[in-house]
This record gives sequence, structure tokens and C-alpha cells, in this order.
Amino acid sequence: MNTSRRSFLKVVGLSAFALSSGMASLAGTAGAAGAQIAPGRYERGAKALTAKRWAMVIDTRQFHSPEDYEALIEACHKVHNVPHIPGNQNIKWFWLDKYDRVFPDDMNAHINTKTRQAEYPLLCNHCSNPPCVRVCPTQATYKMEDGIVAMDYHRCIGCRFCMAGCPYGARSFNFVDPRKYLSDPVPNPAFPTRMIGVVEKCTFCAERLAEGKMPACVEASGGKVLFGDLEDPNSTVRQALAANYSIRRKPNLGTQPGVYYLI
Amino acid sequence: MYNAKAVITGIVIFVVLFSSPFWVGYLGQNYTKTDIVLPKDEKNCIEDVEFMRAQHMRLLNEWRDEALRKENRVYVSKDGKKWAISLQNTCLKCHNNYKEFCEKCHVANSVYPYCWTCHIIPTEGK
Repeated sequence: MNTSRRSFLKVVGLSAFALSSGMASLAGTAGAAGAQIAPGRYERGAKALTAKRWAMVIDTRQFHSPEDYEALIEACHKVHNVPHIPGNQNIKWFWLDKYDRVFPDDMNAHINTKTRQAEYPLLCNHCSNPPCVRVCPTQATYKMEDGIVAMDYHRCIGCRFCMAGCPYGARSFNFVDPRKYLSDPVPNPAFPTRMIGVVEKCTFCAERLAEGKMPACVEASGGKVLFGDLEDPNSTVRQALAANYSIRRKPNLGTQPGVYYLI
Repeated sequence: MYNAKAVITGIVIFVVLFSSPFWVGYLGQNYTKTDIVLPKDEKNCIEDVEFMRAQHMRLLNEWRDEALRKENRVYVSKDGKKWAISLQNTCLKCHNNYKEFCEKCHVANSVYPYCWTCHIIPTEGK
């Protein structure tokens, strides 16, 4: 074939141009496919409570026995259809444990008996720097703008990396169908249950905040558990933290928990 | 043509058989005949019927992501009405007959979504 260098370069240039414009139009349609499906629009609820960083302060001084926490646990588990499964496969959203397991960093051999023997309430700490979110391979768990570490059970593949990542044991895996351990109809028919094979945890009652309601445990505590915006100097949580000595769980890990304990 | 009668009949039979799926599809039932029972006390869904029929699953996915990830828990439909984003508390309030609504169409279309392992099917007839 007798092609001059000049005509060869012309053809190469033209085909490069044609290919690149073709790619650009393909990328354009792909972008359009990711656009919103619904003809309407989305917004926040009018009554929704908002904050820059939600946090909880638990005044453990006002709880004198493990029974004092019963109402809180019951309120939480009822609102979220959390089953009670006997044995080591229980689902934990809000539970109790002893001082040496809650605050291992602050434990010493001669700590006073009252502090050592008391039971302390535990829940997801909604860390500012959540290790569970970092390790989740599907982004089923994620941190929202208001500091809540949330779960999308639709996306959870049950790999349990988050359970290994969480230093607080705040995540539970559904080894069995949780509905087997719930009443029928479920305690709260307005809230879904979970299914076998997903991990679940406390949500800081994001669905209740959206309706303008405080979290269930806060509501049931009668003022002994405070909830508010950590970034707002006038919020109840900030005032409680300013006026009292508070500790958090395992602060040396750098996760920056959002749950504070007044001891 | 040698044996023209048999050959032509054969060709006609072949063509009819070959195109039979199209005829069955054309003359047979279409998807509007799944006999689903629409909610009685509500005339309009959040968007028009054609959109809901074709896109409800995509809409639900979008609702899920908006509500769970962006905290946008209210949907303002094209006609300006506001709806709380919730399969269980908004959709199923009207579509409260699972057997006659969801299931009939899903079975007819051979789709088996596992919404109900978590979301709670309303008790029928209420």
C-alpha cells in the first residue's frame, strides 16, 4: 500500500478524535443513569431534630442498681424490635457490664468497691473516628453528618469485619432469624426487624430524631441520660460536661466516642 | 415445483410455529391482568400509575439511600404533597393487602424480593 506519512497521520488523528468523543458521550449517559429517578424532591422533616454532633451523657451517679437501667433497656429493645436470645448469640443494643470491662484503662486493683461492682450501661459510642466504618467493605455502615454512625442493613453482607473493628463490642451478628425470638406481632410494628446474616447495633434513634423525638433510652431515663449537640456550648450535654467530671470508654484508641459517663 | 403442496404447507406450519411465541405474547394476557387489587380508600399513589408500575423498585432504592444516608426523610411528590419516606409506614398503609397486591404481581413476573425478612407485612384486611 502506498500511503504517505501525511495521510497516515490524518487518519490516526481523526480516529483518535472520533474515539474520544464517543467515550465522552458514553460517560455522559453513564452520569445520567446515576441521576435521580423520582420526579419529586427530597427534604428533611419539619420537626426533625438536628445537630452538628450528637452526643450522649449518662449520669451513672443517679443509677443505684442494675434494675434502674431496666426501663431504658426495655424502651430501647421494644422500639427497635431487638430480640433477647439466650446464650452467646444475643443481640446487644443497650446492655450492662462491670467497671473493669467497661473502662479497662481506668481500672486499678484498689478502686473503691462501689465503683468496681456497679453495672454500667453500654451502647454504640457513635465515634467521631469509627473503626467499623473504615473496615466495612460495602459501606453498609457509615458516619452521617450529625455524627451518628448508622447502618444500612440492605447492604450488609454479614462479613463481621465491623465487629472485629469495633473496640467496644457494640455490634451483634444475627446468627439466627431474630423474628423467632420476637413476639408476633412484633413489639413495634412501625419499625422493621433485622434478618439472619446481618450485623446490627444502636442507631442513636436516628429515626426518632427525624420525627422530633428524643432517643428511647433518653426518654425512659427521666433526665438521667442527656442527649444533645456537642458542638453547641449551650446544649444540655455541654453544660453537664462542663460542670461534672466525665470519662469515655477506651479514650487512648483515638476513636473519640460520643457517649460520656459521669462517674 | 416438485411436491409443491407438501413443501408450502410445511413452510407455513414452520413459520407459524417459529413465530408462535410472538403470537402468544400478542394475543395472550398482558401484565395489567395480574388481577391485583388496588387499595380501596385511596385513589392516587405518590406519583402516577405508569411511573409507580415501572419504577417503584428504583424509587424505593432511592428512598432508602435518601432517608438512611442523607437524613432526607420526606419526599415531596410532583404535585407538592409531602410523604414520610417509609416502606412500612407510608407505602403499606394504603397497600395493606400483601397477597392481593405485592405478591400477585411479583409472582406473575417471577420476581421474589426479600423485603419481608425485615420489613413487616401488614396484617390483611385492616
